[in-house]
Amino acid sequence: MKQYRIHPENGLEFGIYTLGDHLPDPHTGERISAQDRIHELIEYATLAEQAGLDFFSVGESHQEYFATQAHTVVLSAIAQATNRIKIGSSSTIISTSDPVRVYENFATIDLISKGRTELVAGRASRIGLFDLLGYNVRDYEALYEEKFDLLRQINEQENINWEGEFRASLKNAKVLPRPAEGSLPIWRAVGGTPASAMKAGYAGVPMFMAHLGGSSDRFKQTVDAYREAARAGGHDPAELPVATAGFFYAAETTQQALKDLYPHINEGMKRTNGGGFPKQLFAQGAEPHNIMNTGSPQEIIEKILHQHEVFGHQRYIAQIDFGGMPMDKIRKNIELIGDTILPVVKKYTAQK
Amino acid sequence: MKLIGLSGSQVGSKTRTAMNEAIKKVNERYPDIETDVIDLAEYSMLFSDGRHYLDYEGDTGYVTQQLMAADAVIIGMPIFQASIPGALKNVFDLLPVDAFRDKTVSMLVTAGSPKHYLVADLQLKPILSYMKAQIVQTYVFIEEKDFHQKEIINTDVLDRLDRLAEDTVVLSQTFEQIRENQYDF
Repeated sequence: MKQYRIHPENGLEFGIYTLGDHLPDPHTGERISAQDRIHELIEYATLAEQAGLDFFSVGESHQEYFATQAHTVVLSAIAQATNRIKIGSSSTIISTSDPVRVYENFATIDLISKGRTELVAGRASRIGLFDLLGYNVRDYEALYEEKFDLLRQINEQENINWEGEFRASLKNAKVLPRPAEGSLPIWRAVGGTPASAMKAGYAGVPMFMAHLGGSSDRFKQTVDAYREAARAGGHDPAELPVATAGFFYAAETTQQALKDLYPHINEGMKRTNGGGFPKQLFAQGAEPHNIMNTGSPQEIIEKILHQHEVFGHQRYIAQIDFGGMPMDKIRKNIELIGDTILPVVKKYTAQK
Repeated sequence: MKLIGLSGSQVGSKTRTAMNEAIKKVNERYPDIETDVIDLAEYSMLFSDGRHYLDYEGDTGYVTQQLMAADAVIIGMPIFQASIPGALKNVFDLLPVDAFRDKTVSMLVTAGSPKHYLVADLQLKPILSYMKAQIVQTYVFIEEKDFHQKEIINTDVLDRLDRLAEDTVVLSQTFEQIRENQYDF
């Protein structure tokens, strides 16, 4: 775990992630400027740091209603604005970028942040960026596997010899700068399915599992499949961190939380994904065994502790800002996490 | 409320004739409902290549987005080789797995032989269930002999189409009202 800068003795890591979406607030219909949104994200990261959270990450998306196409640039501003919190991507679309350039960017951000930077590599859920950046969507899988593999090789060796299909060969190439501690924690982004998790497991890569809610038993299958595949691939699952990522919203009561959050999720998903969030599934998100973390602070504490018991994961990251969530509500949630939720979660998950 | 009549074939005229009749019934009974007919014979659709439905352009993008935005869909189809037309199956393949969640879907079927009566039950309904449609169980099955020169000449068929129009709208509106009352957020 140390290689990934994870220390289980300190308890479950608690972080924040944003996709960098840039959507109107459904309660007012107003959308702030892209400039304001980017500054909001930087402020968001500093708030998370002040509240004592462990991690903050920003996603890459190239479609309409997003502001962090150049997510590494935003991350470098966050690196500069913060001092202690670990930072990373959620996720970097490695398929449509050159791994050498991606590594140069992240290693540089790691130096700016003095060793706090991580990389989560994903495959993109929407494919507009393939046309935009000049790739063929028919190579969706092959591009990801080849580039992700190259990225990991660059991370492991300073001098690299490599040949592949989608990029010019590298002959005794030196990829610089090197990160502060020689290498970066690199994770594989995984959708909820066991098949996707097993790919991370076989390769012995830490897994970031994103989800839109559902029962903990369902996602336990994914986590179990990951660890089993890791074992089959000759890796020790005890050395491989697992992180989960999903919606989070705390309010006085469950009802208030659902009422505040639902329009943001529903309207935001309509715009970015072409279909709203069914109320039935959203209401079930508040159930104790559901891994969508909505409810009162006390209910959320219970939920996170339950998830930790079921998954045995090392990090949870919360998405609060989706769908034009106003900054005052984000601030309030960060406060609730820092003051009420985090101390209890840490206390009960710290491994003696 | 938005209702779409999807005429699911690139061949022939009977399904389109019956669909026009069904949509006419909806318009007569419920003038406030927005209706539209999508006849696959009039669009050049790509085969599904697995991408998100919003990432298709042209006719393919138009048809998928219209269907996703509908509250109710009447699907019309002929029977080809004892099964549903490939053009219609392609439309299903283009859509997300839960594309018909919170939508009401009803069916009308045209066929050259009464022996094909159960094709909709056995082959179309399972697809609609999988895609989470609220299905109007009774469909209208229309035979070749009920048509003459692109008109429906059997008044019993017209009555059945009238009932199909009513059943589709009533089920859709009922579910909508009940759903809205379930949750206070």
